[in-house]
Amino acid sequence: MNVRLYLWQRMTAAAMVPLLIVHLAVIFYATRQDLTAADILSRTRGSVAWALFYGVFVAAAAIHASIGVRNILVEWTPMRHRTAEIASIGFAILLGVLGLRAIAAVVLP
Amino acid sequence: MQSEMSVSLWRGGEDGAYVTYKVPERANQTVLDVVTWIQRNVDSTLSYRFACRVGMCGSCAMVVNGRPRWTCRTHVSKVAKNGALQIGPLQNMPIIKDLATDMKPFFEKWQSAKGVFEPSKTRHDPIEEIRPDTPERVAADAAVECINCGVCYSACDTVRWNGDYMGPAALNRAWSLVNDVRDSGQAERLQAVASGGGCHSCHSHQTCQQFCPQSLNPTAAIAGLKRRTVQAYLKGDLKK
Ligand code: SF4
Ligand code: SF4
Ligand code: FES
Repeated sequence: MNVRLYLWQRMTAAAMVPLLIVHLAVIFYATRQDLTAADILSRTRGSVAWALFYGVFVAAAAIHASIGVRNILVEWTPMRHRTAEIASIGFAILLGVLGLRAIAAVVLP
Repeated sequence: MQSEMSVSLWRGGEDGAYVTYKVPERANQTVLDVVTWIQRNVDSTLSYRFACRVGMCGSCAMVVNGRPRWTCRTHVSKVAKNGALQIGPLQNMPIIKDLATDMKPFFEKWQSAKGVFEPSKTRHDPIEEIRPDTPERVAADAAVECINCGVCYSACDTVRWNGDYMGPAALNRAWSLVNDVRDSGQAERLQAVASGGGCHSCHSHQTCQQFCPQSLNPTAAIAGLKRRTVQAYLKGDLKK
């Protein structure tokens, strides 16, 4: 891992700490308040704030996880570095697409 | 009757095997003494390395009962398990024969980590006064006593997993030089250790620190390099 990947991985980790806390608090709140799916959707649909919140979260998670996966592939498989790089970029795109689809499903009006 | 212990030594190259010998047990013998006894009394073709026998040259490191150690300073009584010893060549380096490994990759990585002092003065300049109590010199001194034994390199999992990783000794050396105010090669050095196989590949396991016979702390040195390279990168001092 070079300094650039190292920094991105640490920065996305730091960014995800507060995001994760809010995410867990929201889950806790929603279950405690017995919010139905309809209640939740009524709050998230059309909300720029939630779209941004989870958009940043998904981007950070995709970057963070794919750098980790790249290291695992380099260290634990006989894969060449270039192949590991391509595989982990593919993994980042997959995570990004899945995450953004999930966000679109709850925030698009 | 003098008691004997059973000593297995690695014999052959990469495809070799352990062979067991009976060696007389003596008070106060080191692991190196045992290897030497076998070479002198049983099989003179046994290959291994040593030079100083007092823990200075760093040439006698082997894996003793699963752990890399400097054999000239390791007493048999401290490491034998039920009176038995298993002694193999250092790990993470190609085996040449028996207990001798090819340390070329180890030293090549010292070169790629820019572990060479780059003078900033010539012989015609007056000798620079370096106070031993400055923070830079204290940090350089803390890392400087490496004897190049390869124990940490043999113990490091990341070296085993990632053939490009420079390893604890080379990076520890780089850290010592990074703190040396007389050195003029800092930009190239930081660039080198910030690259792919450099300090950021370290997982901070601290195995290197646990086994270093000189009680050095390569993990802390590498953490220092991580900090220093990140600062340089953010300031735009590193290429790419
Ligand atoms: S701390 Fe780093 S250099 Fe030391 S053993 Fe672990 S990975 Fe290797
Ligand atoms: S850092 Fe310690 S274990 Fe590693 S080569 Fe130097 S003296 Fe040996
Ligand atoms: S023989 Fe020199 S350090 Fe062991």
